[in-house]
Amino acid sequence: MAISRARRNRMAELGAHIILLAFAVIALFPVLLILINSLKTKKAIFRQPLEFPTSETLDLVGYTTVLQQGNFPLYFWNSLFVTGASLFFILLFGAMAAFALSEYKFRGNRLLGLYMALGIMIPIRLGTVGILRLMVTTDLVNTHWALILVYTAQGLPLAIFILSEFMSTVSSDLKSAGRIDGLSEYSIFFRLVLPLVRPAMATVAVFSMIPVWNDLWFPLILAPAEHTKTLTLGAQVFVGQFTNNWNAILAAMALAIIRCLFFTRSSRASSFGA
Amino acid sequence: MVSERKKKPFRWHVLVFLAPAVIVYTMIMILPLAETLRFSFFQRDTTTQVVSFVGFENYIKLFFDPYWVEPFLNSLWNNCYFFMIHMLVQNPIGILIAALLSMVHLPGKKLYRTAIFMPTLLSFVVVGFVWKLMLSPLWGVSKGLMKSVGLGSWYLPFLGKEETALTTLSLISVWQFIGIPMMLIYAALLSIPDEVIEAAECDGVTGISQFFKIKLVLILPTIGIISILTFVGNFNAFDLIYTTQGPLAGPNFSTDLLGTILYRTFYGQQLQPGDPNMGAAIATVMFFIILTGVAIYLFFIQRKLTRYEM
Amino acid sequence: MKHYLSSGIAASLLLGSASFAFAASELTIESWRNDDLSIWQETILPAFMKAHPDIKIKFTPTAPVQYNAALNAKLEGGTAGDLITCRPFDGSLDLYSKGYLKNLQGMATLDNFPDSAKGAWSTDDGSATFCVPMAAVIHGFIYNKDAFAEIGVEPPKTQAEFMAVLDKIKEDGNYIPMAMGTLDQWESAAMGYQNIGPMYWKGEEGRKAIVAGTGKLTDEGWVKPFEVLASWGPYLGDGYEAQSYPDSQTLFTLGRAAIYPSGSWEIAGFNRDADFKLGAFRPPLPAEGDSCYISDHTDIGIGLNAASPNAEAAMKFLEWMGTKEFAELYSNAVPGFFSLSKHEISLSDPLADEFISWRKDCQSTNRSAAQIVSRGTPNLWNEMWVVSANVINGKQSPQDAANQLQKGLSSWYEPQMD
Repeated sequence: MAISRARRNRMAELGAHIILLAFAVIALFPVLLILINSLKTKKAIFRQPLEFPTSETLDLVGYTTVLQQGNFPLYFWNSLFVTGASLFFILLFGAMAAFALSEYKFRGNRLLGLYMALGIMIPIRLGTVGILRLMVTTDLVNTHWALILVYTAQGLPLAIFILSEFMSTVSSDLKSAGRIDGLSEYSIFFRLVLPLVRPAMATVAVFSMIPVWNDLWFPLILAPAEHTKTLTLGAQVFVGQFTNNWNAILAAMALAIIRCLFFTRSSRASSFGA
Repeated sequence: MVSERKKKPFRWHVLVFLAPAVIVYTMIMILPLAETLRFSFFQRDTTTQVVSFVGFENYIKLFFDPYWVEPFLNSLWNNCYFFMIHMLVQNPIGILIAALLSMVHLPGKKLYRTAIFMPTLLSFVVVGFVWKLMLSPLWGVSKGLMKSVGLGSWYLPFLGKEETALTTLSLISVWQFIGIPMMLIYAALLSIPDEVIEAAECDGVTGISQFFKIKLVLILPTIGIISILTFVGNFNAFDLIYTTQGPLAGPNFSTDLLGTILYRTFYGQQLQPGDPNMGAAIATVMFFIILTGVAIYLFFIQRKLTRYEM
Repeated sequence: MKHYLSSGIAASLLLGSASFAFAASELTIESWRNDDLSIWQETILPAFMKAHPDIKIKFTPTAPVQYNAALNAKLEGGTAGDLITCRPFDGSLDLYSKGYLKNLQGMATLDNFPDSAKGAWSTDDGSATFCVPMAAVIHGFIYNKDAFAEIGVEPPKTQAEFMAVLDKIKEDGNYIPMAMGTLDQWESAAMGYQNIGPMYWKGEEGRKAIVAGTGKLTDEGWVKPFEVLASWGPYLGDGYEAQSYPDSQTLFTLGRAAIYPSGSWEIAGFNRDADFKLGAFRPPLPAEGDSCYISDHTDIGIGLNAASPNAEAAMKFLEWMGTKEFAELYSNAVPGFFSLSKHEISLSDPLADEFISWRKDCQSTNRSAAQIVSRGTPNLWNEMWVVSANVINGKQSPQDAANQLQKGLSSWYEPQMD
């Protein structure tokens, strides 16, 4: 009995591996294709797309073209700063509001929750002109803060929506105990609740990050200046209608992918270490 | 906004918790958007260029002029189809992957999770570009792969055929976003307390039946959130179509979604001048469609779901 | 309230971040030509700044797909550059009538351009001109000379010869006869219908008849080109329905296709990418002895942002654009974009020279949907994209396509209403 169960478990495990592996391959194959082809000559890209670069077909011209086009280290720093700061504010403000909405009963609570959820339903890009005017009057055009404010506003609805769902699952006994011990509401939030919803915060962090660092639109409108250009905006030169410089496009894409990997790692570290 | 009960002192901390989010959100998002939606009651005169109040004229045009209502209904239908594919493919597969990942002793878990989440991190530009290239006859990658598994005769220029383009794009979008249901459900499954599982095992509920009878029930609220996020995301989608099929969502508008028709109208394209007023009318209608969907979820479905404190 | 609150947030968040404003004395040019970035940076702007050392100028292109939307938002928000690259006809007329572009009527530099060029950036009654014309592009067919020699065919002159050439290339089997896809749709309209069409609708004569309402899009001259397009399908590459514009360019420059229906704007890229000899031939005549019309499309100009704080310096640049120096610099730096000025210029690129030589025997015309007739809903130019692709894909008959265009146009354009 015990043996057959163990065997069955092993079979199930093998099955799980096979299925997961299949999905992992499907997910990674296109990404890998970009990476390997970004290292090849244009002819080889189209003649043998599935082959790894050999000494004959190795060509880094794409990377040199891309990196010559602009100040990529600076763009990278801009992206990093904007994404990091936006994420910080989304998580902080979002968790605070989600806590208030799920913890306290006050008049209009449900209505306010609905109000905060409106933002999920309508793309913020439609408000571009209003936002730009606001940034012009406050003299924030071509600063990092213009982007950070927009991304924070954009990320808040979803963060609050998901976090309040998770906050409501936090045991109320724990909070009552905290209150009896004389903890202030702020301590209850920061010291008791926040650590418990950390996995949810990590999830929200990842979701909020995706639209932020991939965004092309707001950097283009609000901060197109050389010193505030983000990496996505800096690389967009290559993906235009009249462009078929495949080496450069593939290299730009590959850099974007590598940047994603970098961000996942750093975000995991930072959100869990918070 | 926040008012205290008569007997209690004013709870300042509630205000402190809410204020930053509410202020930033209202200033940067709600006011500019409200301003945009207000445009829908105005129109620019083509000869004098004066913008004046026209009441519901834009809406009447949208619903009764055949050159507006037909494309609009077409995109609405396409959008429903797009959403259906996501619900039928993305979410079940997401649940399956999360369930497999949550099996207790599985080495390499983290690797699988990162790999499957990878596409979600890519920008639409990259996703659109990769798939366009993969499916393109020029590169022949998809054709070659299909041939190698004996499906060569099934190859079609998928993105270029009216019959297949929308389904293909829906599946590309599923490929891109499968990481979201996976991550959320995985987190939900992990937060199921061990006692619950142990109790179930004591009662002899194990394996697949345990999953369906116990775990699935416990994660229903999460599945609810995912469905609503999918709904909202799908009905706002436009980037993927724009990057792969162009602003006219070809072939023959077969991939036109509400989002693409909105952006085309709002910002114009080539010789079509942008019409922010008509665009705002479309945006408002879209907003109400999405609001209806979300309201149905919040008031009919979410209330039926029992939440468990864990 | 709104202002007060927002400055409050701004102030509280500004800690530690410096706020940069636009440098006042530097001009910026908005453009969608990101392909030309290095040409402007390295050739054109240095030449201008050498003559005007007091003016600094920068070229800041946006990808073509975002150009209109981004420019509109920036103009409305008041952050657009000083000089605005203008799309022809109604694309810029709309900006002018909203007051974003300055009326340049009376500027001496405009005298360097013929009326036909200025027409693309003037109001319908000609009372105002708001962009300085820069360049036109000419449609035609580019071909692989080596492939033609190998197969033993000559560039065709008439439609019958053209089909014979296609058949021969197909028979030979080494090359895809024509590199073109229908995925992006606009190629079908711009490089298909507008490329061969003027021969059938007799150029300006046909175009003006549609604008005046005396001709209809269902007339023979407008249906015929669709019939020709309908015959292209079998000569395009496998799976051409999913082939995008860059795919087609690559297919051709890799030497896999023999003919590329397109226009002069490809020259620079093809010179760089193709390692075989390139030639060009005119759209084929319907029949021997017919008169010749080519699409010689006024494509690009530059105007002045009405809100520019540096208008004086910007005007100097616009003045310079009318000089022979600019015409020669530009036409040679971006071969295939032909200066619209009256100056005699010499072109160093043989392929560009071939294209421009057609002006001698043929009458020039603009794209038929470019002026006036694309102002309503449904948009004629968009519709043209869709039906042209449908016709090539075999999804719609030529007559049907023409009927759809005419029905759409007559639904809102008064001169065409019955």
